Amino acid sequence: MYSHGSESLIKQAREIQESELQKFYSRLIKLLQGKELSHETIDCLQRLHLILSATKYTRILPAELQRSLLSLLSSSVEQSQVLSSAVLRETLPLSGQEVNCSQENTHAAALLLSQAGSREDLSSICSQLFHSLESRASEGPTHSLTHTLPVLNAILTHSSECLSEDHMTLLSKKLVDWLRYASIMQGGGASSGGFFTGSRSRQPVPIAELDGSVSGDFFTVLCVGQGFTEDQWMNVYSFSMLRHWLLTFHSVSNGATADNVNKLQLSLSLSHSLSTDDRSEVDGSVVSMVSATSSSSRLLPPKERLREKAFQYCQRLIEQSDRKAQKRTDTELQKACLVEAVCILDSVCVEDASLVFRAFPCIKALFGRLSSDLSFARVLLPIAQFYLNHGEMAAVDCDCVWKLVFARFPTELFNNPFLAHELLRFLRLNLENLQLRVPEYTRCFPNLLKFLAWDGPAVVDDFVDLLPSLVTTGTAVELLHTLLDLPCLSATLVLQLRSMSLPISESGGRSLPSLDAFRSPSFRGLFLFLLREESGSGETIERLSTLHELLTEAADWPRVVQCAQTVPVLLHIFFNTVIKVADKKLLAQLILVQLERSSLLLNIPKYIKEIHRVFSCHLLRLCKLHPSLVVDQSHELLEFAGATAHVYTKEEIYTHVVWVLGEYLSVSCDSRCSVTLITSCFEALEAVLFEITSSAPPPGAGCPAPRVITALMSALAKLASRSHDLIPRVSLFLSKLRNVSRDGSVVWCTDEDDLVAIVTLGEELWSLLKTPGVAQSVLTPPPHITTPQWHRDTNVAMPLQLRALTSLTHSQ
Amino acid sequence: MVRCFLIHTVCPVPALGPGESRVLYSRVFGPDESVLPGQQRQLSPEERRLLSAEKLAVVARQVRSAVSLCREASGRLLVEAVPGEEALALQEADGGVMRLRAGDPFSEETSALWLAVQSLAFVMVCEPHENLLLAEGTLRNLSRHCLEHLHMLAPGSEVLLKSNRIDVLLSRLLPHGQLLFLNHRFAQSLEKEVSAYMSK
Repeated sequence: MYSHGSESLIKQAREIQESELQKFYSRLIKLLQGKELSHETIDCLQRLHLILSATKYTRILPAELQRSLLSLLSSSVEQSQVLSSAVLRETLPLSGQEVNCSQENTHAAALLLSQAGSREDLSSICSQLFHSLESRASEGPTHSLTHTLPVLNAILTHSSECLSEDHMTLLSKKLVDWLRYASIMQGGGASSGGFFTGSRSRQPVPIAELDGSVSGDFFTVLCVGQGFTEDQWMNVYSFSMLRHWLLTFHSVSNGATADNVNKLQLSLSLSHSLSTDDRSEVDGSVVSMVSATSSSSRLLPPKERLREKAFQYCQRLIEQSDRKAQKRTDTELQKACLVEAVCILDSVCVEDASLVFRAFPCIKALFGRLSSDLSFARVLLPIAQFYLNHGEMAAVDCDCVWKLVFARFPTELFNNPFLAHELLRFLRLNLENLQLRVPEYTRCFPNLLKFLAWDGPAVVDDFVDLLPSLVTTGTAVELLHTLLDLPCLSATLVLQLRSMSLPISESGGRSLPSLDAFRSPSFRGLFLFLLREESGSGETIERLSTLHELLTEAADWPRVVQCAQTVPVLLHIFFNTVIKVADKKLLAQLILVQLERSSLLLNIPKYIKEIHRVFSCHLLRLCKLHPSLVVDQSHELLEFAGATAHVYTKEEIYTHVVWVLGEYLSVSCDSRCSVTLITSCFEALEAVLFEITSSAPPPGAGCPAPRVITALMSALAKLASRSHDLIPRVSLFLSKLRNVSRDGSVVWCTDEDDLVAIVTLGEELWSLLKTPGVAQSVLTPPPHITTPQWHRDTNVAMPLQLRALTSLTHSQ
Repeated sequence: MVRCFLIHTVCPVPALGPGESRVLYSRVFGPDESVLPGQQRQLSPEERRLLSAEKLAVVARQVRSAVSLCREASGRLLVEAVPGEEALALQEADGGVMRLRAGDPFSEETSALWLAVQSLAFVMVCEPHENLLLAEGTLRNLSRHCLEHLHMLAPGSEVLLKSNRIDVLLSRLLPHGQLLFLNHRFAQSLEKEVSAYMSK
């Protein structure tokens, strides 16, 4: 698809020489002087466009060429319009050239929009647009008005202040006309649209619905005909921008006045009387009764009238979407219309709460119709939004909706990228509301994380925003386990899909061992736990190591690897959040989980190392925040630190555990720290240090990292400084160390520089410990040294000192 | 509203670095977002264009990486389709959507819908409240027309040399970035106009 030819074309375009370019310009100017647009001219224009667009640095065209191109914009030949607009968009406007080309065609309008440099420019474009809307001249091609609405919509997106109150009123009126009162007869002829040209003997035919039956109500985007009239086209364009227009209203219109309140009461009474009488007719009727049951809205001002008509239009669309369309593309359109209609109803009801009682029966019926069909999942999300926004007011039970969104969708549609995107977006936008109204939200994280497990890279960004809301004190431990096992969940989802697509009978050694395990009843429980929909049934499984073994081959599946890469960042977010909400008891539990899980992870290259790194970082943070945790959990920490194997398998974590033990196992951190405790810790660490520095590392393991050795040495020294009886033992070891290394190399350290560093530290500690008092204040500094508050302490504050000095030196 | 429509490479391009992408067609709709009220400083037209081009390059890079991750994860083999097999190529195409955070690169949050057909990707960047169901359908439709009318499955360079055809296609099916609710009759009518233009 992308060939060398294309690449070299682009290269040529970027590297064209200035002289060649000028010659090209002159040639083009000459060609454009001709009357007709020849093939050669078109070709040259196209090449000019390529030259200009191939580089991000703007080239400036000679003025004469620009002028010729500008005049082409108003040509009647569309090709001229297109090419000149495209070329001019890639270059700068002539200096001093005002925004004076009119918007007679869509391509000229495009140029105007792209060249608009300020709000004034946009305002003047707006004024021109409304001028043409008002005059409604029917000269010129049929579609001359149709680009007006899209251009307006584009400007609205950027600056709705360009519209004056009059403009808004005018457009609202026009939109009402086009949406509600478009012709209900088919237009004659195919391509030109417009009015009945040709045989006058042809009887006007009414429009039809998508299933072929004759339409019984006003024209909408879901109506078809042989040809279309102009206002029917405008109906399509109007509906296409309707939602955006209504949303803009909401931001522009000011707060409620007494006027509005009165209107609210009026429409409330109207809608109440209607809803009790006619609800049965609105639900499930084949022939549309929407317009028949609508309130007389001629009393309402333009904005409110538009709102009312929008309401009716959407109700009609919802009813029309129930018909079986003859074409597949129309079925897709029906779904899109449902989404749009529900969204518009939602925003209309937000603006005017009285409409909720009219809208809800319709939405509820729609929900009932669609909730069992997963192919309508994306339509059900806007419905869920409606329920969330208005369910409380209408006192409707929303449980069935949440069951669908939080339970069924993630379970069955985790591999639908569009649904994942929209559902997670729905969660992100409504987070506060959901946490208030849907208590089961925080329990659903096992299910929601399936989206992440399936397609980590695509949705990790959403989870960065969502994860903090899922961290609660009740679920924190289980959440931590779940996050650590996300790669296993990823593998399980892959197996689940594969299991459904491959027949069970297919065996003979070709199927994967993990797939067999997935299908075997004895391991079913493990996988079912991972696939659970709600938290609360247990923190993790006991046979985790079995699970990891069964999934060994999944460790190099790309999907699993991609998922594993998202886990570290989520763990960071988890810890950062949990620190804010957790009490000491929970933090202690989390430390234990970290220690326990450091050896219980799916064996993906680099994954284990990364997780260890995250653990180390947060272990440190937790202990720094609550130093007494070290004494609390001293038993488990000592158990961990006393296992020599950990030096080789979990170097990162081990180093940090040793460090926190050395740093925080002291009376100043927790008064329960006894001499016995310090001594037993000392002995455990001493044993390990002896072991790793007296013999070669076990087969298969490399030398212990120098950092581990120095950490152990420092920790021992710190502990000794708190219990002076231990000092002789440390000093003995340190002097032995010095002697041993004097022979040159040792079996436990291959690098000479590392050995020198270790020995140097040993000597420093040894000399420090010769004066126990000094050692104590250096190695176990009192808190006011480690957390200086000199800038806060009025006695030593810098400003005070400066003031004192100043007053001394300026004593006059 | 759709902010922009792009066609760019997702295959390795020799002249570029590994994650980089060549943008073959780009069209930004509506006024430049630096014209928004409240932006710190006014940019000159040149600066605006430069900034716009760089934003599109960022989008292309991100989509490229999303496409390669998606393809890697699914593990499906890429089947080369030949001219005439446009429908098949579309059926086999990978599709997805990614969230572009506010500031990265557009000043407000946007969603980038992408459709990767072999070595090229068609991208539509939408505003967050856009009807993504409609956008997805429109993107597929646009891609199909581009593949057919510009013979993109063949090794030619029509996408570069006949970009005015894409402009016309967009002016009908996505005028100024406006997504349209077109039933098959309306679509037919517009597509007839487009075909009439292409045949000239």
